Amino acid sequence: MTAVEHRFGPYGGQYVPETLMAALAELEHAWLSARDDATYRAELDVLLKSYVGRPTPLYRAERLSEEAGHPIYLKREDLNHTGAHKINNAIGQALLAIRMGKQRIIAETGAGQHGVAAATACALLGLECLVYMGTEDMRRQKPNVERMELLGASMKPVEAGSRTLKEAVSAAIRDWVENVGTTHYLIGSCVGPAPYPALVRDLQRVIGDEARAQVLDATGRLPARVIACVGGGSNSIGIFTPFLKDADVQLIGVEAAGEGLDSGRHGAPLTAAGLPGVLHGSFSAVMQDEDGQILAAHSISAGLDYPGSGPEHTWLRDSGRASYVAVTDAEALETFARTARLEGIIPALESAHALAWALDHGPSDLDLVCLSGRGDKDLVEALEHLGR
Amino acid sequence: MSISGVERIAAAFEGARADGRRAALMPYLMGGFPDLAGSLAIGRACVRAGADLLELGVPFSDPLADGPVIHAAGTAALKAGATLDRVLEVAGELARDGAPVVLMCYSNMIMARGLERFADRLAAAGASGLIVPDLPLEEAGDALRVCDERGLALVPLAAPTTPDERLERIGGRARGFLYAVSLVGTTGERTAVAEALPAFVDRVGARTDVPIAVGFGIGTPAQATAAADAGADGVIIGSRLVRAAREGDNVGALVSEFGQALVK
Repeated sequence: MTAVEHRFGPYGGQYVPETLMAALAELEHAWLSARDDATYRAELDVLLKSYVGRPTPLYRAERLSEEAGHPIYLKREDLNHTGAHKINNAIGQALLAIRMGKQRIIAETGAGQHGVAAATACALLGLECLVYMGTEDMRRQKPNVERMELLGASMKPVEAGSRTLKEAVSAAIRDWVENVGTTHYLIGSCVGPAPYPALVRDLQRVIGDEARAQVLDATGRLPARVIACVGGGSNSIGIFTPFLKDADVQLIGVEAAGEGLDSGRHGAPLTAAGLPGVLHGSFSAVMQDEDGQILAAHSISAGLDYPGSGPEHTWLRDSGRASYVAVTDAEALETFARTARLEGIIPALESAHALAWALDHGPSDLDLVCLSGRGDKDLVEALEHLGR
Repeated sequence: MSISGVERIAAAFEGARADGRRAALMPYLMGGFPDLAGSLAIGRACVRAGADLLELGVPFSDPLADGPVIHAAGTAALKAGATLDRVLEVAGELARDGAPVVLMCYSNMIMARGLERFADRLAAAGASGLIVPDLPLEEAGDALRVCDERGLALVPLAAPTTPDERLERIGGRARGFLYAVSLVGTTGERTAVAEALPAFVDRVGARTDVPIAVGFGIGTPAQATAAADAGADGVIIGSRLVRAAREGDNVGALVSEFGQALVK
């Protein structure tokens, strides 16, 4: 049995209050036993198939390909139940919580997609669900707030700091410190203290496992590039992982350049490549000032509006296996509108970052892009910015 | 040769006993709150009011171990211009006044400065020890070595959720004192001291040779007495005093009340 990684190169670790250390050990043991347990896998697989709608299709986007001048295939995670890849992880962790005897689930959310996924998994499995969300994000993602409430989750508005994802994660961790005996923290991305980055990756690699087989089946070859957006980095680590050993396949993570990397108002710690640091329990790329205060990120997309990144991504960057780039708010918005008109698909603003890179930054023989979520949640925000 | 931080802390615990107190009194104050001069004045008032040691918090943007009162004070301190260097200046002033100062600082600020440079500055300021609330055993190896080399006490935390086997390892590596977190939770006032506190303090005491200071949730003189009853060698008062500072109350007078509660 392989151990659950605590470190990826120098990155990762468990920089958390002592109170949580026993719970992290418990979670790690639970995952070690569940990961290879036939009963757990069968429960998860049945739900992924019959409830989530997996496998999601691979779609050759003809008109986008024409514009780009090279073939673009989309992995349609937007067609999952709840409209994004987040449900893969949420159901996996909710089943794990039940195995650990924990009935109270807390989650953080930025764009609201993970919050909706957690609320959905909890409704399905009869668990109590509390979702921490910054009030700025609640404003930007109102439809998702309403969905979470309808699904029976209790919303916990977070007023601290920039009132976005970073503060929501901090508030969720504090709740966990208070209620660790009864509560599972269902983290939404491959961030946080070990074992979370490995656990979330393991639950999201289904994206890449399916996509790799689908691309081979459809084209008889591997993609030249695999492109996915990176906030914390869960859809990207999920689609990258099965390609790690395919040395000829370029892996490209697309961060939020916001108003431009030079403006300081972005969400691109991997691309900006400052000094790494500790945020939310792990050592990784992070946006910080010279004193080590964590800076507020900025992105038009709430899901990428995060100053940290998963530790495995930082290691993939340093080791040279993956590269990280950034796309501005304006480019993402333009791609959001373009994809809607050219393909009849409204992508999440997060995913629009990945699409923008595929469209405008060739050349490539074949791109596989993770369309991590649908954009219905972004309509109000996007239309306002597009001036309609 | 000047005495080390570890020795100063040991002397402070012994001094508290010699002065007829059941446990040493350790007020916590947030560096730079309400502003730098204000925090220095509060620290001095604490010492005049009988504090045996001082715990000085460095404000951090994302303090995961802190409840709302200390979190808000940290945010306000940062807004008022507090930086690591300026808080270390406050530490230096307070240390020169004669109180052993133990700095509480989150991991990232230490890394950003560089562990060795950070420890050099801490030692140069005359501080005696360091508490890092998000640096558990597994991550603390380098910090322990660097602090040991400079005579600084790296004070570990233990929580009620810490299993015995782990407590054993924490106890063995404790320097200065061991910070026993009285409850399962973040910092902040509570209505009562955890019922299980005496058993927890016993469990910790059996596994370390250094004094045990109990903190988190000790907000009234009666609760301080209860912590001493539970076997604590020291009592840390945090959020209650920070709240007093926020409300403009006399922190020194409050510290005196806690001191009275600890007289044998």
